[in-house]
Amino acid sequence: MVRSLKLQINGTPYNVNVEPERSLLSILRDELGLTGSKYGCGEGQCGACSVLVDGRPVRACITPVTVTEGKQITTVEGLEKDGRLHPLQEAFIVIGAMQCGYCIPGMIISAVGLLRKNPNPTEPEIRRFMEGNLCRCGTYPRIVAAIRQAAQAQRGSGP
Amino acid sequence: MSEKPLSEVFFEPERYELGSGPTYHFELSRRDFFKALGGGIVVISMLKDGLADQESGRGRQRESGRGMPREIGAWLHLGEDGSVTVYTGKVEVGQDIRTSLTQVVAEELRLSLASIHLVMGDTDLTPFDMGTFGSQTTPVMAAQLRKVSAAAREVLLDLAAGQLQVDRNSLGVADGKVIHYGTKQSFGFAQLTKGQKLMKLVGENVPTTHVDQWKVAGKTTQKVSARSIVTGKHQYTSDLKRPEMLYGKVLRPSAFGATLDSLDTRAAESMAGVAVVRDGDFVGITAPSEPVASQALAALRAEWKTSPQPSGQELFKLLKEQRVEQQGFDGRSSYTLGSMAEGMAAAHLKLERSYTVAYIAHAPLEPRAAVAEWKDGKLTVWTGTQRPFGVRAELGEAFRIPETQVRVIVPDTGAAYGGKHTGEAAIEAARLAKAAGKPVKLVWTREEEFTWAYFRPAGVIEIRSGVGQDGTLTAWEFHNYNSGASALRPLYDIPHQKIEFHAARSPLRQGSYRALAATANHFARETHMDELAQGLKMDPLEFRRKNLKEVRLRAVLDTAAQSFGWGKGRSLRGQGVGMACGFEKGSYVATCAEVSADPPSGQIKITRVVTAFECGAVINPDNLKNQIEGAIIQGIGGALFEAIEFESGKILNPRFSRYRVPRFSDVPQLETILVDRRDLPSAGAGETPIVALAPAVGNAIFNATGIRLRSLPMAPNGQVKKSVES
Repeated sequence: MVRSLKLQINGTPYNVNVEPERSLLSILRDELGLTGSKYGCGEGQCGACSVLVDGRPVRACITPVTVTEGKQITTVEGLEKDGRLHPLQEAFIVIGAMQCGYCIPGMIISAVGLLRKNPNPTEPEIRRFMEGNLCRCGTYPRIVAAIRQAAQAQRGSGP
Repeated sequence: MSEKPLSEVFFEPERYELGSGPTYHFELSRRDFFKALGGGIVVISMLKDGLADQESGRGRQRESGRGMPREIGAWLHLGEDGSVTVYTGKVEVGQDIRTSLTQVVAEELRLSLASIHLVMGDTDLTPFDMGTFGSQTTPVMAAQLRKVSAAAREVLLDLAAGQLQVDRNSLGVADGKVIHYGTKQSFGFAQLTKGQKLMKLVGENVPTTHVDQWKVAGKTTQKVSARSIVTGKHQYTSDLKRPEMLYGKVLRPSAFGATLDSLDTRAAESMAGVAVVRDGDFVGITAPSEPVASQALAALRAEWKTSPQPSGQELFKLLKEQRVEQQGFDGRSSYTLGSMAEGMAAAHLKLERSYTVAYIAHAPLEPRAAVAEWKDGKLTVWTGTQRPFGVRAELGEAFRIPETQVRVIVPDTGAAYGGKHTGEAAIEAARLAKAAGKPVKLVWTREEEFTWAYFRPAGVIEIRSGVGQDGTLTAWEFHNYNSGASALRPLYDIPHQKIEFHAARSPLRQGSYRALAATANHFARETHMDELAQGLKMDPLEFRRKNLKEVRLRAVLDTAAQSFGWGKGRSLRGQGVGMACGFEKGSYVATCAEVSADPPSGQIKITRVVTAFECGAVINPDNLKNQIEGAIIQGIGGALFEAIEFESGKILNPRFSRYRVPRFSDVPQLETILVDRRDLPSAGAGETPIVALAPAVGNAIFNATGIRLRSLPMAPNGQVKKSVES
């Protein structure tokens, strides 16, 4: 049974006609062309599909699209503002925190969620928060460094 | 059975690099470059056969009768608009060769990185390449690109000298321009290439910029594709969409070896837009969306006929029993030196031990994926593979069409680690697209990736050794069953050796994995070395040094030990330290590890890892560190907890919730020291740093707990058990 849903994604309203049991990830990727969020496991174990729903990171692959109706959804595509990268995106580039890059959008989204909650996380706090995001290439130390650098940059430039 | 020069042994191919079927070798169709690329200057790198051998990663004999790889390595096009495009059959899977190759081109052409575009892994556009594996991109492809770029620079100088009627020695290239030193007059590349149709072939003898003069190469550079990755704009295969594209799914057998007994497709076919494709035992679905394809797949009623299949409990017994008669390749996996009997007779301490390694999965975060499209009889497939030309051949064979009718394009891919040599998803998507008459995308699920890809080979390694009272090794017998022949031989000086690789019939499908069997062979060898040192009551560093003349390996060993503070200070209770060193694919590594063990629970944590690494001249120091750190972290999984469990033809842990891979909390304090040997050619570095981690950790666990672990993984549930005698 197809339903009409109103979604708010990266500040833009979308009307979609979809089967309500579908995951947010499949709507983002296949219906709306927002492919920055990746499929990695389909069971919420790897974090490659992470998006923010009302500022909190969720696993889009196991989130039914219906529960996100009326909420603010932010994907990695929504972080860049007027051609300016988010401090986390900048930091990931500068630190070289990536190899194949497939996990990186999910990492950055989770980190946005972390810094929103805790603008000054310690290294153990970063690791704990990010534990659900997998990087099979093993760039973890660089990701931790990038998050710390971005946190510092954000604090420097005010809230 | 004779001793081979070391250089030959170093490049000994490993069968697991190539597990695929026959490859057609049609003649290279000599295309009209300028028709295809437009005017300007084309510089083509010609290979000698010997070079082609190495690049292919295989030996000449194994290729015989099938024709050699083609003679072209890469080419560079300077367009009439001054653009610089480099064409290489190599692919980017996270090792960041797109950046390091761009760096060497920028260096020779005195250009900024941003003005260079690399076309990689497109079988219609790039020269033939056997594949991206064996750490050969840097030693072979980077060297070729340096030469074509240097030659292109010379062509530009010739053109400018002709136009200005000046001595070419009065000209130089800088900042993307040719400059006349005397008049300060300068030409942009476009001014020189305009209206040209120049083709230049270059071979071996092209002078390139000396390492000491490197300005771009040899320096840390940001990943050229970094921005597209952090913004989510980079399109991996699984992100691609084609007009009218359908989504595909494939029905998998209930177990390995199962055959289709009956199939009821009615429920699936009643779904809107769904079609079922059956071709022998292949059954697939096409549907207008991925969820509908999944629902249709679930609605198929299939009965499978199963046959008895091996289980994990009998694995090591099977590997020793199910030997393949025709052993190894070219007889090169067997090596003897002196006489074992003599060596053992001279020994003061004798030791005989057996080691095992489990099957593990690559689990690249982007699973196998392909988008296939047929147009006027020509098949185009976008897919993430390390062997675009190999997959083209697989497709040609599967559909009985000439390779000229197949194009494989490899977008920069979500990792591979040796696990994406084959074209399963490409063939499946192409079969579905052929039936549908529309493009089809097929993305394997994580469970499919864990089940229907291939694994790092499991293996049994037996070592018998003898050592004199003073710690001098006298005899070394080494048998590897199934896991592979890479790094089979020790670099230690041992007068009497017998070393063999025994091929076996593997119960599970197996293939390449980062560093191949070098991980297993180093684990066994370096653990055994530790056991001997313990038996002799000798310091493990001292024992290794005593038996090691190879200067490059000694250098990394000493560097790692010094940075680690080896031998200084006592470990705390429950802490232990261990070391290991090794060599593979032209580079050298030594690793020192510190672990903490919680005595009552046996819980193991790696707390610190120091790695010294040497691969000749370093092209991009930070990217090299990134690769080393990544290899160490990936190595933690195989060392401590990764193992594929299987029973009666089924994988029991085919998902991340059941198969543990390293996470943030597993990462120890890491220190990486690059030994930059600018006097030596650059070797590849994506693989070798992984090989010493497992034995270093195992030796540290022994140091901490007194428990000697001889099986990988060593702590499957995060704990070590005193299951083996020490």
